[in-house]
Amino acid sequence: MRLQAAGVTLGYGDRIVVDGLDLGIEAGTVTTIIGPNGCGKSTLLRALGRLLKPRGGEVLLDGKRIDGMPTREVAKVLGVLPQAPTAPEGLTVADLVARGRHPHQTWYRQWSSDDEGAVALALEMTGLADLAERPLDELSGGQRQRAWISMALAQGTDLLLLDEPTTFLDLAHQVEVLELVRNLHQEAGRTIVMVLHDLNLAARYADRLVAMRGGRVVAAGSPHEVLTEELMREVFELDAKVIADPVAGTPMVVPIRPLSRP
Amino acid sequence: MTTTRASVPLRVAGLSWRVRPRGVAVTVGGLLALALLMALNMRLGDLPLGLADVVRATFDPSVPEHFVVMELRLPRALTGALVGAALALSGAIIQSIARNPLASPEILGVTTGASVTVVAGVVMSGSAYGGVSGLFSALGIPALALLGGLAGAAIVYALAWRRGLDGYRLVLVGIGVAAVFTNVKFWLLTVGDVNDTGRAMVWISGSLNGRGWEHVVPVGLALAVLVPLTLLGTRSLDALRYGDDTVTALGVRVNLARALMLLAAVLLAAVATASAGPIAFVALAAPQIALRVVRCAQPPLLSSAVTGAVLATGADLIARTAFSPIELPVGIVTAVLGAPYLIHLIWRARS
Repeated sequence: MRLQAAGVTLGYGDRIVVDGLDLGIEAGTVTTIIGPNGCGKSTLLRALGRLLKPRGGEVLLDGKRIDGMPTREVAKVLGVLPQAPTAPEGLTVADLVARGRHPHQTWYRQWSSDDEGAVALALEMTGLADLAERPLDELSGGQRQRAWISMALAQGTDLLLLDEPTTFLDLAHQVEVLELVRNLHQEAGRTIVMVLHDLNLAARYADRLVAMRGGRVVAAGSPHEVLTEELMREVFELDAKVIADPVAGTPMVVPIRPLSRP
Repeated sequence: MTTTRASVPLRVAGLSWRVRPRGVAVTVGGLLALALLMALNMRLGDLPLGLADVVRATFDPSVPEHFVVMELRLPRALTGALVGAALALSGAIIQSIARNPLASPEILGVTTGASVTVVAGVVMSGSAYGGVSGLFSALGIPALALLGGLAGAAIVYALAWRRGLDGYRLVLVGIGVAAVFTNVKFWLLTVGDVNDTGRAMVWISGSLNGRGWEHVVPVGLALAVLVPLTLLGTRSLDALRYGDDTVTALGVRVNLARALMLLAAVLLAAVATASAGPIAFVALAAPQIALRVVRCAQPPLLSSAVTGAVLATGADLIARTAFSPIELPVGIVTAVLGAPYLIHLIWRARS
C-alpha cells in the first residue's frame, strides 16, 4: 500500500467533513475519487497530500505516518496539484515549472543540471517547450493547467495527487490532460490519485473508482463495479442509465432526471 | 510589469546557483554609490575637508580634524547607511510575505510601537509627570524604542494569527493597530510638556543627529547576524509567494518559514528604529525601487538593502548640508528624495 488513510477525521473549523474514513492506494494504479459537490473528496485528497492535518486517525505514506516525516522528504516522493492553485504575478511558464524542483534544492545547490533536465523533460511531456518563456498570465486556461501539471512533474515524484486537473478546460483539453496522466501511469509507472467531476472520463481513465457521499466511501473498485445505475441513485441522487462507452467499453452514464424532482 | 528571467546558471563542482546579472550589477553599483556618498559625507559640513584631509584625519589621531571625522561624521554616516539597509531589508521581507507592495515595518507595529513607548517615556519623565520618571529615563530612548517595537510587533502578530498567518489579514490588522498606536502617540504629545514633546518630535521624524559609535554597533551586529540568515531564507521567501497549498506540497513548512522571516524583519526594523527613530519611507520605497531597477518579480533582498543604505546616506547628506547650519531630520528628506524617484519608476513602467 503506497498511501493509506486509516480512520481519518477531517474538517475545517467546527465543521467535520470526513469522519473515520479508510482508504488504501495501491502502488502503480490510477485512482479517481468521485462524488457530489461537498462530499469531502477534495478534503480527503488534501489530507492524503498532508495539506490538511487530520483531526483523528492518520495518513500513512509507505507505511509511515506522513505528518511524522520531514515535509521536504515527502515532497520528493509525493507531488500534489491543489485545486485552483495561485501563482505570483508576472511569472513565466519556465519559472513556474522550475519551482517544482524546490524540494531537491538547497542554498548551495540551486540550479543543478539535474534540475535543468527535469524541467526540460516536464515541459516536453506537457507540450509546453515552445511556450516556456511566455508569461503565465498570457496563456489560455488549458495551457495554464498544463503548466501546473508540468510543475508537479518537474518535482519528479512517483506519486501524484491531482485535485480536479480538468476544471476550466474544454473537452479536448480535458482528454489531453487525462491522456497525459495515462502516459505517466503506463510509461513511468507512477501512482496517481485524482478528483474528477466528469464520471465518463473518470471511468475511462481510472483503474479504480472511489465514490464518496457525505464524507464516507460508498463504493470502491473497478469502474464496472462502482459506476452502476444503483450507485448513481444512491450517491448522486440521479436517475440515470449506465451503458457501455462505445469507444472504450467502460461504463458511461446517461442522465435521465434528478431523483429529488420526479 | 515586466519580469525577465535574466538569470544565468553558475555551476562549480557539485554546487550551483542562478545568478541574475542585473541584480549583481545593481548591488555593486549601489555599493560604489554608497562609497561615494560616504566620502562626500566625510568632506562636507561646517568644517569642509579635502579628500587628503579626510584620509589624514582618519589615520592620524593627533590632527584636530580627527575628532570631526572619526567621532562625528563617520559614526553618523555609518549609522545612516546601516539603518537604511536594515529598514530596506525588513521592508523587502515584509512586502514579500504580505504579497503587498504597501506593506512595511509600520504595518507590523514595529515603528508605531516604538514611537508610542518613546513618546510616553520622554513625556512621562519630564517635569509635568516627574513621579514616574525613574524607569523610563534609566532605560534610555534606544532601549525604549526596541522594547516598544518588539511589543508592537507581538501584538500585531497575536491578533493576526488564526490557525496560520495570512498576508492579507496581517496587513489589515497591522493598519488597525498602527492607527491605535498613532492616536495614543498624538494624545501623549498633546498632554505632554512642550519642551518634552519637542524632543520627542525630533525622534519621531527620524534623525541621525548626534549619532555615535554606540548607535553603529547594535545595528551593525544585527545586520551581521541577520543578513546571512535572511539570505539563506531567500528560497523559502520566493516559494511563499505561491498559494499555501502549493508551497506546502513543495515541502516548505509554511508557517515556520513565514514566522522566522517575519521575526528577522521585526528585529531588523526594531534595531534600526532604536538607533535612528522611525525614518520614514526607506522600508517602503527602497525594496520597490530595487525591484524595478533589477526588474524582478519580488523585492531582491541584497539589492534592496544596498538601495536602502544609499537612500538613507544620501538623504542624511542633504539633511545635514542643504540648509546648514539648520539640520533637517533625515526622515523628512528620505520621503522627499525617495517618493519622486519611485513615482518616476512606476510612471515609466506604464508605457
